Amino acid sequence: MKAILGIIISALLSENFILVKFYGICPFMGVSKKIDTALGMGMAVTFVMALASAACYAINLVLVALNLTYMQTVVFILAIASIVQVVEMFLKKAVPALYKALGVFLPLITTNCAVLGVVLVNVQEGYNFLFSVVNGAAGGLGFTLAIVLFASIRERVNKTDCPECFKGFPIALISAGLLALAFMGFSGLSIF
Amino acid sequence: MNFKKQFNEGLLTKNPVTVQLLGMCSTLAITTSLFNGIGMGLAVTIILICSNVLISALRNFIPSQIRIAAYITIIAGFVTVVDLVLQAFIPALSESLGVFIPLIVVNCIILGRAEAFASKNGVLASAVDGLCQGIGYTVALVIVCVIRELLGSGTFGGGLLNGGEGIRIIPAQYPAMQMVMPVGGFLVLGFVIAGSQWLMKHLEKKNKKKEAAKV
Repeated sequence: MKAILGIIISALLSENFILVKFYGICPFMGVSKKIDTALGMGMAVTFVMALASAACYAINLVLVALNLTYMQTVVFILAIASIVQVVEMFLKKAVPALYKALGVFLPLITTNCAVLGVVLVNVQEGYNFLFSVVNGAAGGLGFTLAIVLFASIRERVNKTDCPECFKGFPIALISAGLLALAFMGFSGLSIF
Repeated sequence: MNFKKQFNEGLLTKNPVTVQLLGMCSTLAITTSLFNGIGMGLAVTIILICSNVLISALRNFIPSQIRIAAYITIIAGFVTVVDLVLQAFIPALSESLGVFIPLIVVNCIILGRAEAFASKNGVLASAVDGLCQGIGYTVALVIVCVIRELLGSGTFGGGLLNGGEGIRIIPAQYPAMQMVMPVGGFLVLGFVIAGSQWLMKHLEKKNKKKEAAKV
C-alpha cells in the first residue's frame, strides 16, 4: 500500500510527467490555450495512459517469453496506436457525449510521448501489473494537473503586454519555466 | 529542387524547433551538455533522412487511410536500429539520453516531415529535406545546450572535450544549478525562440529596405 501511495505522489508531484520529466510537451504547449480543452485533453490522456500501461504490461510478458525485447519500441507504439483507435471507436458508439468532449484530442494522443514514456518507464522499472496501471493513471493525472494549471496561467499571460519578440510561444515557455520552478519545491517529497 | 531554399528553411525560417515548435520534449529534456545535444541531433537527423527516403519511395503504395500507422511503423523500425547501434558503439551516449532515444518515435518532427513533405515529394528532395530539417534541429539543440551548460555547470563541451569534463569557464562555486534542471530548459528555450523571432523580424526589415532601395 505504501509503495502504491509513493508511486502516486511521485507521479503527480515530485516526478510530474510534464514539468519534471519533460514527457508530453507538445500537447502541453499545443492544447493549453483554454482551460476546458486542457481538461479534456488531460482526461483523455489519463484514460489512454492507464489502458496502455495495462495492455503493454501483458504484451511485454509475451515479448520477454519470446526473447524479442528489442522489438519493444515498435510493438508498444503500434499497441498504443491501436488502443487509441479502439477507444475512439468504442466511445463513438457507446458514450457519444464523452466522445464529443474528447473526440478531437484522441488521435493526437498516439504521438504524445507521455504515453510511450510511461510504458517504457514501467518496463524499465520492472513494475508489476498493479504498479504499472497505477503509475499510468497517476502520471496521467499529473499531466492533467500541470496542463490545467498552465492553461489558466496562459489565459492571463496572453492578455498582458509583453515585448514584441516574446509574444506567443516564448512568453508561454517562460511561464512554464516558472511553473516548473514551483514544482521543483516538491522534489524533496519522497516520504517512502 | 532548390537546395539553398530548403537549407535556409530548415535552419531559420522554418526551423523545426524555433518556428514549427516540434519535438519540444527532447529539446527540453536532454539539452544539459554539448555531448547530449550533438548526439541527439545526429540521431534524429539520421532517422529523419532514412524515414523520409523510405516514406517518399513508398508514398504511392501506402493507402491514405492507414498512412499514419504505416509512417509510425517505419519510423519505429529506424529508431530501434539507431537505439541498438548506440547501445553497442556509444554506450555513454545511450545511457545519458536514456528513454529519450526510443521516444524519438513520437518526436513530432519526424512524423511531421513525413506527412508534410515526404508523402508529397520525390525521394531525393525528401532526403535533402530530412538533412536540412535535421541540421536545423541539431543547431537549435546545440544552442540551447551551450547556454544551459554554461549557466548551469559553468563548462563548455561537457562529455566531449577535456576528457569528458568540459572546459571550465565559470568557477565551480558560481553556476546556477537550476539551469540544468527542468526550469532552465523552459527559460532558455523561451529566450532562444524569442531571439530567433527577433532575428527573423530584423532580417525581414533589412530585406524590405534592400528591395525598396532597388526600386
